[in-house]
Amino acid sequence: MSHHKVEVSNLHFSYPDGHQAIRGMSFTIFHGESVGVIGANGAGKSTLLMLLMGILFPDSGEILVGDTRLTKKTLPMIRQRLGMVFQDPDDQLFMTTVGDDVAFGPRNYQLDEAEVESRVIEALTQVGIPHLKDRAPFKLSGGEKRAAAIATVLSMRPDILIMDEPTSFLDPQSRRRVMGLLKSFEHTKIITSHDLDMVLETCRRVIVIKDGLVAADGPAGEILKNQPLLDGCGLEMPLSLQSCPNCGASKYEVE
Amino acid sequence: MNDALHNIRIWDDLARRQNAVNNLHPLVKLLTTIFYLIVVVSFGRYEISSLLPLIFYPVVIFSLAELPLGEVLKRIAWAMPFVIGIGIFNPVFDHQTVELLGFTISRGWLTFISILIKCVLTVAAGILLVATTGMERLGAALRMIRVPRVFVLQLLLTYRYISVLGNELARMLRAYSLRAPGQKGIKREAWGSLTGSLLLRSFDRAQRVYAAMCLRGFAGEYNSGAMAKIGAGDLGFLAGWSTFFIMARLYDWPLWLGSLLTGVF
Repeated sequence: MSHHKVEVSNLHFSYPDGHQAIRGMSFTIFHGESVGVIGANGAGKSTLLMLLMGILFPDSGEILVGDTRLTKKTLPMIRQRLGMVFQDPDDQLFMTTVGDDVAFGPRNYQLDEAEVESRVIEALTQVGIPHLKDRAPFKLSGGEKRAAAIATVLSMRPDILIMDEPTSFLDPQSRRRVMGLLKSFEHTKIITSHDLDMVLETCRRVIVIKDGLVAADGPAGEILKNQPLLDGCGLEMPLSLQSCPNCGASKYEVE
Repeated sequence: MNDALHNIRIWDDLARRQNAVNNLHPLVKLLTTIFYLIVVVSFGRYEISSLLPLIFYPVVIFSLAELPLGEVLKRIAWAMPFVIGIGIFNPVFDHQTVELLGFTISRGWLTFISILIKCVLTVAAGILLVATTGMERLGAALRMIRVPRVFVLQLLLTYRYISVLGNELARMLRAYSLRAPGQKGIKREAWGSLTGSLLLRSFDRAQRVYAAMCLRGFAGEYNSGAMAKIGAGDLGFLAGWSTFFIMARLYDWPLWLGSLLTGVF
């Protein structure tokens, strides 16, 4: 199923102030893969996501979603297939009720109201908050907001889910719930995060970005154990892979 | 600041409740309100007594919609300084006297009172419309009467972004006050940088919200979902109130009632 593929080739992007954020990035993400994109602050992760979603356009290079090249003309179609969850759920929840927010996308695609309603219920059930449908978003807790933000994207039935820091600002139990949720999705997933333990648990593959370039690309277990690589990119081994300071044993080994 | 933000949201909560007025079709409420406003402002500057029956509309809607009296009065009071500013010089400039209910007062005071009453009635009608309909459904109703998309969108986005801007400001003020102990308000030297930074921050935030909207297929039309068809009850509401407004405009009821009671016919 090639239509769930994302192909980035030789991507370049500079901000108007001249800062080169992406300098020749290439990779391909295949159908059903879950990929963690990691890197230090300012490495270019957020810029990459904005380029993938067509919020920014590259100076050169191209992005293919399935077999379609991302251009201004193909943008509406591509955005229907890529669903992005923002880092701050408050940016994503702008209607007066959670239900209306989840319905916002389907309604924009002119689906009939019965279909919109069934998608809202389905998406809210999927993230475990059907009871919050009529609540105002600002009254939700951090974890509930995150779940609602994910539901707003799921209701559009995207092929590919893109998430920016899905576990930031969450308490440990909410974080655990969101991780469970991420693991349950069968979509192709692209997740950026500094929470490397979460990346280790939810992603099979990891792309490390440094100074606007792909510094490494490979299986999560290998990359996240590579201390010199992580150190060089301003990162740190996930806690669960670090040895115990007392007995030297590791919590668990990744195959 | 946080209270103000909370209060903006009160109207959304009120509009979501189920009651006789909230359940009416938004278009019907919008048209009734527009008609009401036209009738209220159509009265001449010296016609006070004939304006009085029109107070029935806000009072009836208010009690049917079970709105909190304090909140509504507070908002009406906010509009008062502007109106007082407009009308306060009337008594100074217009000294001619008239007879009203047995008292002799200057025409300036009469016009001032008339402006005040009109203000209270129109502001109350507007508040009641928003509090019983909700901004999004109101936007949909405006579209139905062919108000251009760009104006409706501007109204809805302004409403949406006020809280975004307010949140940013609340955060900045909190950060400022934590580092300026014992200071009342904000020092004049900091005003410029504070407003500048507020502007930049809210641009940034607004851009992110807009991006989130675009990513979910937003193309300029705020779709607030299907609306029920206008029913017999809705039409009855519109027809009933319109008749009342026309009658109130054509006949001076208080005068007629007064004459009836005092036997002078």
